[in-house]
Formats: sequence, C-alpha cells, structure tokens
Amino acid sequence: MTVNIKRMINEKKANRRFLSILEKTVPAFFLLCASISVLTTIGITLTLLVETVTFFNRISIIEFLTGTEWWPFGENASYGILPLITGTLLITAIAMLVALPTGLASAIYLSEFAPGNVRKVVKPVLEVLAGIPTIVYGFFALTFVTPMLQLFIKDLPIFNALSPGIVVGIMIIPMIASLSEDAMSSVPDSMREGALALGSTRLEVALKVVVPAALSGIIASFLLGVSRAIGETMIVSVAAGSTPTLTTDVTQSIQTMTGYIVQVTLGDASYGSTTYYSIYAVGMTLFVFTLLMNLLAQYISGRFKEEY
Amino acid sequence: MNLVDKQLVQRRRKKRLFSNRIMRQIFFSASVFGIVVLAVLLYRIFREGLPYLDIDFLTSFASRFPEEAGIKAAITGSVWLMAVTAPVSVVLGVGTAIYLEEYAKENMFTRFIRMNISNLAGVPSVVFGLLGLTVFVRLMEMGRSIIAGGFTMSLLILPIIVVASQEAIRAIPNSQYEASYAMGATKWQTIRRVVLPAALPGILTGGILALSRAIGETAPLLMIGALSFIAYLPENIWSGFTVLPIQIFNWTARPQEEFHLVASTGIIILLFILLLMNSVAVLIRHKFSKRY
Repeated sequence: MTVNIKRMINEKKANRRFLSILEKTVPAFFLLCASISVLTTIGITLTLLVETVTFFNRISIIEFLTGTEWWPFGENASYGILPLITGTLLITAIAMLVALPTGLASAIYLSEFAPGNVRKVVKPVLEVLAGIPTIVYGFFALTFVTPMLQLFIKDLPIFNALSPGIVVGIMIIPMIASLSEDAMSSVPDSMREGALALGSTRLEVALKVVVPAALSGIIASFLLGVSRAIGETMIVSVAAGSTPTLTTDVTQSIQTMTGYIVQVTLGDASYGSTTYYSIYAVGMTLFVFTLLMNLLAQYISGRFKEEY
Repeated sequence: MNLVDKQLVQRRRKKRLFSNRIMRQIFFSASVFGIVVLAVLLYRIFREGLPYLDIDFLTSFASRFPEEAGIKAAITGSVWLMAVTAPVSVVLGVGTAIYLEEYAKENMFTRFIRMNISNLAGVPSVVFGLLGLTVFVRLMEMGRSIIAGGFTMSLLILPIIVVASQEAIRAIPNSQYEASYAMGATKWQTIRRVVLPAALPGILTGGILALSRAIGETAPLLMIGALSFIAYLPENIWSGFTVLPIQIFNWTARPQEEFHLVASTGIIILLFILLLMNSVAVLIRHKFSKRY
C-alpha cells in the first residue's frame, strides 16, 4: 500500500479554509449560548420592571408598600402588600426553625461522628428527599401533617401556616445539611487532630473547632435556605390557604407572595386588569427578597472564607 | 511544679464525656429524621394510591369521577414537554459551559456571565413563570402551548446543566488537550473529538438530573397556563397541554377525599418516573466515569 503524502497534504490544504471559518464561527455560536443566560436575567428584570411600573401608575407605591390590607378582587380593591410579606416571612420562620437545627445537626453528625456505613445510607436518602417534587410535599402537608397537627391543636383549620411551614422546613433540610457538611468537610483534619490531642471530646472538636471554622459556609447555607423558603410555591399554595392576613398566629390561614401569584394565574384575571398587573408587583417584591438573600450568601461565603 | 489540676480535670471529665454521648445521639436522630419522613411519606402514598393503580389509570383521561380518572393526557403532556425542554436546555447549557471553560477570556463580561448564572439558579420558579407568561405566551404569541412551557422550563434548568457540564469539562486533564494539539488538531477539533466525548458522562448525568427537576416542577407551568382538565392528546408543539404535577395539583386541590387517593396514585407514577431517571443517571456515572 502506498501512501500518497503529497495528495494528503493537498487535501488538508483545501480543507484549511473551511476549518478556519469553522474555528471562527464556532466560538460565536457558543458565545450566543452563553448570552442566553444573560438575556434571561435581562428578560426577568425588564418584564418585572415594566409591568410593575404599569401597576404603580394605577396604585400608588406608598399604598402598596404600607397598606395593611390585600384584597385585589371586586369593587373596593386594596393593594397593601404587608399581609403577603408577613405571610411569607411566617412560613419562612417556621421552616427555618425546623430546618436549621435539624440540618445543622445532621451535617455535624455526618461530618464528625458518622461511621462510614451510616454515611452511605443517610447521604443518598437526603439526596432523595431533595429530589422529591414540591407538589408531593404539598400533598403531604395537606393530607398528613395537617390532620396530625389537628390531633394536638383542637381547632386548627385545614388551611394554616404551621403545616406548610413545617413541610417547607423538611424540604430544606437536605440543602442545609449538604451545604453545611461541605463547609465542615473542608476544615482540615490537622485542626481536629490538634484539638483531640489536647484532650477534647469529639463534641468539643465539633462545636469549638469545626463549626466556628466553617461558620461562613454554614451561614451561607442558612441564607440560601431562607431564599428557597421565600420562593417556595406549591406547598403553600396547597396547604396554607388563600386569605392574606396580617398576623403572626401560626394557626390561621394566610397567603404568601408566591401563593397569591399562583392564585391569580389560576383564576381568570383578565389581561390588563389591575389584578393582573399586581402579580408582577408581587413578583418583583419576591424577586428582590430572594436576590438579596442570594447576594448576601455569596458575599458572606466569599468574604469570610477561611483558607487553610 | 504541677500546672494541671488533676482533680479538676477528672471531675469535669465525666460531664464532658456524658454530654458528648448525649449530643451524639441527638445529632444521630436529626440525621435519621429525614429517613423517617421519607418512610412515612412513601408509606402513606402507597397505601392510599396503590388500589387505584391499574392499566385503566394509565390509559384514561381525567374525569369528574375519581374511579374513572386517569393520567393519559398528563403523561403524554410531560413527554412532549421533555421533548422540547431536553434538546433546548442541553444545547444551550453545554454551549454555555464550553464557552466559559474553553473560549472565555478572563474579563468583566465573563465574570458577569458567571455571577449571572449562579444568581439565576437562586431565582424562584414562579418568577420564571412570570417571564414565560410575559415573553413567550404574550410577547412572542406562542399561546398556552407546549413550546412556551418547554422554553420556560429550559431557562429554569439551564443553570443546573451549565454547572454540571462545567464540572465535567474541568475534570479533563491538560495532558489530553496537549496530546490533541500535538497531533495538529485545531481548537474546535479538540473540543469535538476529545473534550466532548470525555465530558459526556458528566454532561448526561447532570442533564438527566436537571430534567428530573423539570418533570416535577409545577408552578411555572401553572402560570403559563397549562390546562388541568383536557380530554385530548397534544398534536404538535403548539397544542395546549397538561403535565403530571399539574394533574396531581388539580386532584389535591379538590375537596373530595377520593380525589386525594387518585392524587396519591398520580404521585406513585411521578415518583416512579423520577426513580427511573435517577437510576439511569447513577448508572451512567458509575459505568462511564473515568479516572485519569
């Protein structure tokens, strides 16, 4: 078999033009792909801004931010977002009361105490819990947690803040546990060994050495959890009811910002009505809340990161 | 000279060891809590939902009567939605990852894209729903169709796929690139024939996990107006549709007890699909993961 090198070289040369065009167009295509994510952000911001401005042309921004009554339907509509905000924060507070201690305790256990085989069971289970769709959690809250709570609290209505709050907390546990555990695992063993050599117990190592060293990561996981809880939709839509109330009573039916948005889009608020535009104003508020939490989390985990 | 007061140390030791033991148990039960919740949840759903699970349930449309209700339209809708979401999100996600890892120069714009992606990952899904409703449904006049839903979902899971693909590409050692360049390959040839094949298992795993997130997502589709009661199958990407989670939501929101049982059956199917997708992802990760 003879190989005609000359011909091969000539073929390559003929291809070169095509190749060089390809080398130039391909990066452009990938840049286009990368720009889509930027366009998405711009799209979200513009959408929310434009429609919110339309809303504020009809309802004053002062009334929106300071009003204590949210009743967007019928003749005497009033648009004060405070009840929706307190509803959201109430759910978030309950959720974090459940998720923070449990998540942190599991993280400490997994990172400092657990023998290998326990880790091998618990970690996948946490991953499964994190992968369950929120509508399933909503169903669970309405058909299991609420009836359970009704056994203890006699006149608890079917729709209340407590049950979805607890379930949102359960949903967030895996996130806090795995992020905190990551932070703790990155604390070098030499620090643990140093403390153990001084005669500390495992508990003292965990609480006085590892947790302080991983604190920035733990706080960041906590803030991301808060952001998740604020934005959670299906659990609260199913189980919290739809009566915006300015209250801190966890046994009452409330409504969150996300719950309101879903309620309006489910009903037939006609396009162009004030009610229709109000979901963008509420969405904007929600977006600002979660964005602040996320940015704060990034700032803390970047700023206070300990390098070993 | 004795610097350590032995008696004091001994007196305290008991208490310290005791609290060590107690707290260990408390931490342990906190980690088991998740397992207990998962067990209770699964037990409830299977006990309530299994009696309704039969072939009729899979092949009938939604109905006013719980015993006749089925999920044919919902399952078909979910499949259609994935058929739009999967290619769009994977092409965009992998493209973004390749750009960031291979082509991007370290400048303001690149840093902005990076920050942007990590922030997008934290945006609540309802906000994506608002975006889809405004841009796809109204502005681009796609209507309440599969393609509008698919595009919205693609944007929602884009950050997950980008991050997974970036990690997969980053794991490829430099020696592989150098070998390819040494053979005279151009940059694009290297990416197509060396980088992408090597990163494929990681990309596939991340993609499947992202799609399983999309298949369980309810809120954005509710917002762009996926219907909850349809008695026909979608014909093309411009048809109206419903998906599994929305059907479950619809049944859950009804006051009649029987529909809650049907909802459980729907959840069994949904969880089964998720389990299937996740097993495939784990399988791919195990089978094709290469160490250099």
